[in-house]
Amino acid sequence: MAKAQLMDFDKALELFEPVLGFEVHVELNTKTKMFSDAPNYFGGEPNTNITPVDLGLPGSLPVVNGEAVRYSISLGLALGCSIAPSSRFARKNYFYPDLAKNYQISQFDEPIAFGGSVDVELPDGRMFTVPIERAHMEEDAGKLTHVGGATGRIQGAEYSLVDYNRAGVPLVEIVTDIIYGAEKDAPELAKAYVSTIRDIVVALGISDARMERGNLRCDANISLRPRTAPGEPPAKLGTRTETKNVNSLRSVERAIRYEIQRQAQILADGGTIIQETRHWHEDTGTTSAGRPKSDADDYRYFPEPDLLPVVPSPELIEELRAALPEPPAARRRRLKQEWGFTDLEFQDVQNAGLLVEVAETVAAGASPQAARKWWSGEISRLANAREAEASSLVSPADVAALVALVDSGALNDRLARQVLEGVIDGEGTPQEVVDARGLAVVSDDGALIAAIDEALAAQPDVLAKIKDGKVQAAGAVIGAVMKAMKGQADAARVRELVLERAAAS
Amino acid sequence: MTNHDHELIRMPASALAEKLTSGEVSSVEATRAHLDRIGAVDGEVHAFLHTDPALSLRAAESIDERRAAGESLHPLAGVPIAIKDVIVTNDMPTTSGSKILEGWVPPYDATVMQKLRAAGLVPIGKTNMDEFAMGSSTEHSAYGPTHNPWDLERIPGGSGGGSAAAVASFEAPLALGSDTGGSIRQPAHVTGTVGVKPTYGGVSRYGAIALASSLDQIGPVSRTVLDSALLHDVIGGHDPRDSTSLTDEWPSMAEAVRRADVKGLKIGVITELDGDGFQPGLLERFREALDLLAAAGAEIVDVSLPSLEYAISAYYLIMPAEASSNLAKFDSVRFGLRVNPPGGGTVEDVMAATREVGFGAEAKRRIILGTYALSAGYYDAYYGSAQKVRTLVQRDFAAAFAGVDVLVSPTAPTTAFKLGQNDGDPMAMYLNDIATIPANLAGIPGISLPVGLATEDGLPVGIQFLAPAREDARLYGVGGALERLLEEKWGHTLISQAPDLAPGEMNAAEEGAV
Amino acid sequence: MSEITQEQVAHLANLARIALTPQEIASLTTELGSIVDNVAKVSEVATADVPATSHPIPLQNVYRPDVPGTTLTTEQALAGAPDHDGSRFRVTAILGEEQ
Repeated sequence: MAKAQLMDFDKALELFEPVLGFEVHVELNTKTKMFSDAPNYFGGEPNTNITPVDLGLPGSLPVVNGEAVRYSISLGLALGCSIAPSSRFARKNYFYPDLAKNYQISQFDEPIAFGGSVDVELPDGRMFTVPIERAHMEEDAGKLTHVGGATGRIQGAEYSLVDYNRAGVPLVEIVTDIIYGAEKDAPELAKAYVSTIRDIVVALGISDARMERGNLRCDANISLRPRTAPGEPPAKLGTRTETKNVNSLRSVERAIRYEIQRQAQILADGGTIIQETRHWHEDTGTTSAGRPKSDADDYRYFPEPDLLPVVPSPELIEELRAALPEPPAARRRRLKQEWGFTDLEFQDVQNAGLLVEVAETVAAGASPQAARKWWSGEISRLANAREAEASSLVSPADVAALVALVDSGALNDRLARQVLEGVIDGEGTPQEVVDARGLAVVSDDGALIAAIDEALAAQPDVLAKIKDGKVQAAGAVIGAVMKAMKGQADAARVRELVLERAAAS
Repeated sequence: MTNHDHELIRMPASALAEKLTSGEVSSVEATRAHLDRIGAVDGEVHAFLHTDPALSLRAAESIDERRAAGESLHPLAGVPIAIKDVIVTNDMPTTSGSKILEGWVPPYDATVMQKLRAAGLVPIGKTNMDEFAMGSSTEHSAYGPTHNPWDLERIPGGSGGGSAAAVASFEAPLALGSDTGGSIRQPAHVTGTVGVKPTYGGVSRYGAIALASSLDQIGPVSRTVLDSALLHDVIGGHDPRDSTSLTDEWPSMAEAVRRADVKGLKIGVITELDGDGFQPGLLERFREALDLLAAAGAEIVDVSLPSLEYAISAYYLIMPAEASSNLAKFDSVRFGLRVNPPGGGTVEDVMAATREVGFGAEAKRRIILGTYALSAGYYDAYYGSAQKVRTLVQRDFAAAFAGVDVLVSPTAPTTAFKLGQNDGDPMAMYLNDIATIPANLAGIPGISLPVGLATEDGLPVGIQFLAPAREDARLYGVGGALERLLEEKWGHTLISQAPDLAPGEMNAAEEGAV
Repeated sequence: MSEITQEQVAHLANLARIALTPQEIASLTTELGSIVDNVAKVSEVATADVPATSHPIPLQNVYRPDVPGTTLTTEQALAGAPDHDGSRFRVTAILGEEQ
């Protein structure tokens, strides 16, 4: 595949106005699936969390998970949407091996929620209102693994394997209206929007919202329209592409930037944009052409005859509205104050998309500063090195446990970093890594004193200096002791003991 | 076949149940007698796609053991029953009459199967049907047609021709059917048996391979009204696995038969279904039945359902539209047939080749028609309009039932036609359903029971009663009363007049009226 | 008369994933035309003021509690499969992309 020519981003913005639209799929964390009582869990052994319904076996019938409806209403309300007095499920008919019935139960012309908006904060603190067209309920598909061929991708594969554990997992699809006016902030807006949706669903407790696990997926629609001279009518909208497979906040931003640059170059060269699906490739930071949209996309939607209308009572809607958590912007203001972060500290956390992680780490018992330090520092560094999302490496609970071990003096910073790597490498909880690797700080004074006495005896000149009150000379002894203890000692305690032993000798 | 066996297979389920309960007959005896009968006559009738004598006898044996141990059992415990192959069974193959599901043994039981097994009925085999219940003759079965026990050259009706023929030929006292546009009632009509389509939602559809989800309903098939009622009482009731299942508390249908009386009952004759296009000798029997009812104190009035002329059109849009979607799951991935096109191909090619080979002509015709009715640009004109006609049909029924207790019509325009007679004329075939379809569109219950033999051809004629939704018991009342009036008049049952299929057996005429 | 063409039937067959033969396309075009002519009269009475009925018995808000039930074993799930690798269903190469 020829590498696409990219126009410089600023140049692209001079010539074109980016027009955006997002479809975000949120997997709900109900206990069971959308239409069957199979556990809502995938991963693990293939084809284990399935019932005849999830497998689309002849004769099986769907039944709506009432909890998923409640979650969907809550999400709709949190997005500022109206809740439809009556909404319906519809069948979207198309053949694909991961779709057990060869139709997806979704909602078409009567979604459960419509007409909302979400306030999104850009990195510099400005607010941008993203209009929400609708949010509707549907079911996820199974998972395909392509075997043979070099890439593990669909192209060139010899055959594919299907696991239906994910089939029927409840989804809410949030569809924005067309978003104008993002201009040069388009990439950052995209990231901030998805991040805000993530914050909302986490605050509602309705999704695990792990992008790397596909709990939250973003399809980004982008088109460019040429700028016109002042006074002239605006140009008509350009042809859009839909970029799929964007599975991290970082990728959302990069994918939008890439598509703007790619489309701008094609248009500037006199080419045309093809209306198509494009696939984002995390490794190369590029998109590639997928299936062109065509009139073959006739999904033959019709009301799902096996299911009945969803008619939430006004009482239920008000009950769920009353239980909504505070909106993300208000929550951010509150957290910043509670945590006592500076503007810079808070924005760092916010822009790194680590607000949820820090909050959960604090909730698990860590101090705000320690939580911030670990997430923005070492964990982010490791995430960069491993080209992964920080949130995917380690759980807030483990970070809090790590902080507690440091606070108690059981670990020093250097050891704690080793423990963190152990946790990330799957060796267990921080305590388990400490135990398994024998990484705890030596807190047995007896062992330390023996090492100190030995070091003092080996360096009589230093001992003399200390006894003369030149305490800074103790550094040489401390160094020797730390080396003898292979770093697993608390340097402050060693220093105390060196001074004590020197004075006593 | 012994005299004893001869009696066992000819008695109604209610009588057999009494003998089982009293211990006079064992379930193993009853089951074996029916299996022997299947062995003797099913070569000609071909009502069954699958039997498993060892499996059925084991189930019968278990009932006998439980009875011997003093366990209190359901009144129908130990009675054999034939199962239409549209219903999934976890111990017998389920094909829905299609090549595409040949040999498929489902990993689960339909809700009605769970209920039958819980009541101790003994599944005796799976019965033939038009592929995916698409047809009125059982000629569209991928496994060859079923023959009408009254005349083996003729159709047994459809789609549930297998279940109707099984009870008509004494291969089983009871059977399950499914009715999307008449597939229980029309076969009952042409085979001189009884069949009931319950109120939509009255019997769980979970485990019935869907043809058209908003029209399908499982129901009983039998030789007497009481037997259907007894079976209805077993299979009916709420099922949380079917969202469209009603939560109503249902009265006993069997009680309704036992208390049957038509005195003061107001019966509306559907004028659109009484004349043009209906076989004259069939109408004679129909009118005689009405006269009997009137003589017994019922009030007979004419009722018009003006939207009925649009009902068939609406049905032949809604049914194929839903079917085209319901049948999409047959794609060679998770179950059923897989056909690899010559030279291999992508999964898309494999799916298309499988569906080309696995579906019969009628299934393909309806899938293409349904795909058309739902496709962009046509939805409003076809599917959307058909759903509106459905509203009009419902309004007609609502207006009619404001003035009468039940409605009545012949079950179908003609008696059983010859196998092959309607080949190549799908629309002519579709018109057979004119009297039965409206009930499915409106979701109301319907019963067909025999009223005699048509003058011109000596073939069975059925009468259909319809009641408002949830008033199934009313049908059993009027059906039970008419059956009793007719049999009193004839001095025998109609089914006793059916030709003897196995000349080696005892003469069927020895069986008297019930 | 309806204006159903062979191209249209071929397109419908593609949507419905059935590899119809040219003869089938030809005969279905004729049959479909005749059926559609017969059923198209629904639009005569389906006026704007008539609501559509999708369910014969009106019900609403039919929900299931969010409580896990019994699942199939992998063996049960795969038992009817034309091809599998022991834990997953196997299909030949896929041409198109996910939708």
